[in-house]
Amino acid sequence: MSGSLRQWLASDQPASRRQAVLGNIARGSSAIVANPAALTGLLIVSALVVIAVFAPLIAGNNSPIAQDLAARLAVPSSLHWFGTDELGRDIYARTVYGARVTLTIVMLVAIVVAPIGLAVGTAAGYLGGWVDALLMRITDIFLAFPRLVLALAFAAALGPGIENAVIAISLTAWPPYARIARAETVTIARSDFIAAVVLQGASRTRILFRHIVPLCLSSVIVRLTLDMAGIILTAAGLGFLGLGAQPPTAEWGAMVSSGRDVILDQWWVATIPGLAIFIVSLGFNLLGDGLRDVLDPKNA
Amino acid sequence: MVGNLDTGGKEVEFGRQMLTVLRRFGIFLGSLLLTFLGLTAVTFGIGRFIPIDPVLAVVGDHATREIYDKTYLAMGLDRPMPVQYLIYLRKIVSGDFGQSVMSSQPVLSDLMRFFPATFELATIATLIGVIIGVPAGVAAGALKGRWPDHLVRVVGLFGYSIPVFWLGLVGLFVFYGKLDWVSGPGRLDVGYEDIVTARTGIILVDSLIEGEWEVFRNALGHLILPASILGYFSLAYIARMTRSFMIEQLSQEYVVAARIKGRSFWGAVWGHAFPNIMVALITVIGLSYASLLEGAVLTETVFAWPGLGLYITQSLFNADMNAVLGGTLVVGAVFIGVNLLCDLLYNIFDPRIRAA
Repeated sequence: MSGSLRQWLASDQPASRRQAVLGNIARGSSAIVANPAALTGLLIVSALVVIAVFAPLIAGNNSPIAQDLAARLAVPSSLHWFGTDELGRDIYARTVYGARVTLTIVMLVAIVVAPIGLAVGTAAGYLGGWVDALLMRITDIFLAFPRLVLALAFAAALGPGIENAVIAISLTAWPPYARIARAETVTIARSDFIAAVVLQGASRTRILFRHIVPLCLSSVIVRLTLDMAGIILTAAGLGFLGLGAQPPTAEWGAMVSSGRDVILDQWWVATIPGLAIFIVSLGFNLLGDGLRDVLDPKNA
Repeated sequence: MVGNLDTGGKEVEFGRQMLTVLRRFGIFLGSLLLTFLGLTAVTFGIGRFIPIDPVLAVVGDHATREIYDKTYLAMGLDRPMPVQYLIYLRKIVSGDFGQSVMSSQPVLSDLMRFFPATFELATIATLIGVIIGVPAGVAAGALKGRWPDHLVRVVGLFGYSIPVFWLGLVGLFVFYGKLDWVSGPGRLDVGYEDIVTARTGIILVDSLIEGEWEVFRNALGHLILPASILGYFSLAYIARMTRSFMIEQLSQEYVVAARIKGRSFWGAVWGHAFPNIMVALITVIGLSYASLLEGAVLTETVFAWPGLGLYITQSLFNADMNAVLGGTLVVGAVFIGVNLLCDLLYNIFDPRIRAA
């Protein structure tokens, strides 16, 4: 059974679109699993998702926001695995729940940024002419901005909070996607199969959404995975400055910030959430490198 | 006859090259202007976006209706948006960024006071990045697949993954708290402040001018940790890029030709391949320098380093929008300027692009 399934997936003459897509996914995932670095990245990212989803189970009886002023700044122990912070909150539970905030930010930014970049890039590349010139000029202008400072100014203008941090990061993160999507579109639009679809009478919208956008997706996804680490670091930076999630929400950047004043005496308060940021960014970087090798061999 | 034709040809050729250079310079100026206009449009937009009432920020909460209306008109807030933008632009060009609420000084003079600290930090950090990163990248590219290569890849990977503010705190904990090798946050110990007059604002330079070695050593003790931490990120990026440029060059046939003619391996690497990656390296180093001028925001916060980044974040918490937007504008302008300058240098130094 599994043998025939493998054959069906590996077939170089797929009988249906579904078979072709599933076959590609199977080939890609086996290439990622075969690459130790990419596999490590995949495991870290999967762990992040699992921890975020099952946070209440993993944190056990510890609440991320319950204060215990009698036990403030406690040393890591069997009771508090990672110690407690300046309000006596359990750092282990806060780190676990912080995975939720990080995952939320990353997913929201991806959902906002990818469509904007795709829309601007494919429109510019496909329509060409003055639309192209105008859109790419705007993209260049945004690309030339310093990202963190601009995100900072946006976040300051919009007010602190997760949603506003997401908006601020997205506003500064979309230009590379538009660039990539445009470059892909320009090559795709000139290929023979697009000419064939045009001859069959397909409308511009159909060509754009059914033929060009799907082909741009893989490059955009690779770039998104590679960018995730940067997005996490920017979000954590905003949190560190107090512009991200607001207290008492457990956010890793803000947790590092709260440990700042006691770093010389109670190192664990700042160190542990920072380590979490580091590991998750590392995971996304490793996975992104692996995905690039698999999906986008020409840029490897 | 033939000689005349020849020189005529050269002159035409020279004239054509000058034209290309001029056209490139024109495009350069044009994009500089456009990008800068875009930047001011964004800061202007943010300034209009904010939920803080700009009039109340000036007159205070207890102003009468009459004073409020007068200020509202005086600030030109009744005019159409495009007109307001033009007024804003004219003010910016004449160097008027408004008053800082926090320091009650013009924002521009505040920025000039805070800039040298950032400049000092970013310059030393970039030096560290170049001095270590370039040789490391060359070694990694030349010895692809061996230990220097793996080392550079790990260093690069970590550089893209470590939160800078966290590394700063850990560095403070280890090197200041535990080992006591370096001085703590700030630029100088309390007793050393105000000994040297601020000529350039760069303490290392000022103390050298006056021959105050004690101050110099103290300043260096404060600078070395934040500069090394920023330098690490610069190093990671520079080494990674140098490595990939080097690999690309070493796969070219001219390297093989040099080796066949008897050039040693490292002779071919440094004597033939390296000069060819220098142009691309200028761009990379410039980009990393520009991003350090910007990225110092978090590091400056951690180390209480009185530079632009600290100024912007402190103004932010005091809802001092003039200062925030002025700071953003200056950082953005420096960033854009360095970026485009690298582009221009690239055009000037790369003979292939020049000839095209």
